[in-house]
Amino acid sequence: MPLLEVRNLSVTIPTPEGDVHAVRAINLEIEKGEIHGVIGESGCGKTMTGMTLLGLAPKGARIVADSLHFDGEDLSKNAERLRGRRIGLISQDPAAALNPVLSIARQMDDVLRAHRNMSRQARRAEASSLLAATGLPDPQRVLKSYPHQLSGGMQQRVVIAQALATGADFLIADEPTTALDVSVGAQVLALLRKLVSDRGLTVLMITHDMDVIAEACDRVTVLYAGLSVEVGPVGEILQQPGHPYTQALLAALPDAAPHGARLAAIEGSIPPPRSGIEGCAFAPRCPKAMPVCARQVPPKRLAEAHRWLCHLPASAP
Amino acid sequence: MELVRYILRRTILSTFVVVGVTFLVFIVAQVVPSDPAALYAGPRPTAEQIEKARQELNLDAPLAERFVTFAKAMAAGDFGVSYKSRRLIADDLRAYLPATLELAIFSTGLALLIGIPLGVLAAARQGNWPDRLSSLGSIAAVAMPTFFLAMILQLIFAQWLGILPLSGRLSREISIAAPLPMITGFNLIDAVLAGRIEVVGDALKHLILPALTLASYPAGVAMRLTRSAMIEILERRHVTAARALGLSEPRILFGHALPNAMGPALTVIGLSFAYALTGAVLVEIIFAWPGLGRYVSEAILAKDFPVIAAVTMVVTICYVVMNLLIDVAQALVDPRVALS
Repeated sequence: MPLLEVRNLSVTIPTPEGDVHAVRAINLEIEKGEIHGVIGESGCGKTMTGMTLLGLAPKGARIVADSLHFDGEDLSKNAERLRGRRIGLISQDPAAALNPVLSIARQMDDVLRAHRNMSRQARRAEASSLLAATGLPDPQRVLKSYPHQLSGGMQQRVVIAQALATGADFLIADEPTTALDVSVGAQVLALLRKLVSDRGLTVLMITHDMDVIAEACDRVTVLYAGLSVEVGPVGEILQQPGHPYTQALLAALPDAAPHGARLAAIEGSIPPPRSGIEGCAFAPRCPKAMPVCARQVPPKRLAEAHRWLCHLPASAP
Repeated sequence: MELVRYILRRTILSTFVVVGVTFLVFIVAQVVPSDPAALYAGPRPTAEQIEKARQELNLDAPLAERFVTFAKAMAAGDFGVSYKSRRLIADDLRAYLPATLELAIFSTGLALLIGIPLGVLAAARQGNWPDRLSSLGSIAAVAMPTFFLAMILQLIFAQWLGILPLSGRLSREISIAAPLPMITGFNLIDAVLAGRIEVVGDALKHLILPALTLASYPAGVAMRLTRSAMIEILERRHVTAARALGLSEPRILFGHALPNAMGPALTVIGLSFAYALTGAVLVEIIFAWPGLGRYVSEAILAKDFPVIAAVTMVVTICYVVMNLLIDVAQALVDPRVALS
């Protein structure tokens, strides 16, 4: 049984202008110990899915799922209790994720105090060792600092140390490298990989960056317009993407284009989040679209260890 | 280190303010159309008496020389003699200033204790009844004229319920039968120093109504400002992050969000403290509180210039010190303040 099992999740946010379908039908299966990537364009429901797993979806959001289970517990009921105890968050922009007016010592201590029954001294020592575990040199100095005195990479390590301080074994990393320099981002990814293997963590890596997927993830789920359209091992998906959207994403990478050639782009834009979808959500932008695509929901296709939703048979490349 | 430099810088700037006010006070006194010598000489003076007064007050000396004399006297705390009562102004201030400060500090504290938690509560329950109720309360508190509120409070707590005294600083049994030795002039402190705990209670009881009256406006404003600042802060990502880290809601509200939202409320509290020093005339009159406001308003009506100058200087210094304290408090709450 997977650590996290999400089947047919939808999150709808009612607004005066009509319902926003932030998440339409997402499936996620995450095994213990893996780094599972979730990739998609802005507005595809990545972050909303993460927030829903943390029980932090906006107030009034309608959350419906056939299954929403973490380690056998129903997340639709227990998200609040599991949040910060078993499920942690590493958020997008570390500068915004840390409280600007509190020292790192205070912010680490608050987390430890909320979750561990330890003396003041023990908490101090634990905070320092957690910071050291994230590769920060001189943890004592970091503890005395305020967020604005640290670099972006150091801030992100503090955020990771905070997530570790909760004792959570499942971390949702929401674009953990987007706000960082490429080289610092690579270090943070390496750190996450190391923590996963050293501490037996499981990570859900939300990103829009194929390089992050390639660099850090074991398996990947591709989202499009609030739907999960393809899932499989990273190597396989990078080499033989099944869904035309995934194919287009990979073709749009700058590395894929010959030097000097015009870069490929996906024409059109994602369906507006307020409208319903008929047939295949990607059909209007799909270069291989057939008449049936606009009418019928695509069937599931299987190849080796990965699967996707498409009217085209699996054999067609 | 940054903090020390910041405090030093603010202190130096504050000194300039005090010097500037000294200069202004002196200039205004020269411009006001009245003859100090005639006032000083008493009612219906003869020309000789006025001339004598003019010499006594050294009014014929050059302006610059007189300013230096004036500034030196102010710096030494020698405020001179009231034209009207011929009493030493310093003696008067020793009696009135502690009464006013006691009231101002107490009401400012009340305003903070009432306004800020209510603002936090309203922001946390935005749109629900605690929010509506405290928002309504804050509008009422800000809109209500002080004299009206003062009388309503007197009616309820002194007249109907009889649990608080109507006016004054101490009960007559104490102030007449067994007066406190005047050490600091602050009744609460003097009572503790004299070891008379029952007097502390009595002094507190007398403080509550005037302090509450004075606190109503700043508490209302502090509540509104805290509420809007908190609503903005609660949307920030670090609050979501704190929730995701499993911190308790009270901890997030008061430990994480409030320190980010304190700035505007602190500023308003500083301003209202300054207002309470001399602007509280009505409250002082209604509650028979022997404070600076009453003292100076009488002096203004009598054109008793040395008193006005003395009070202006003292209030300026209190105000500057209060602002300095607030600047330091803000730097302590938000370490980035010291950097700018």
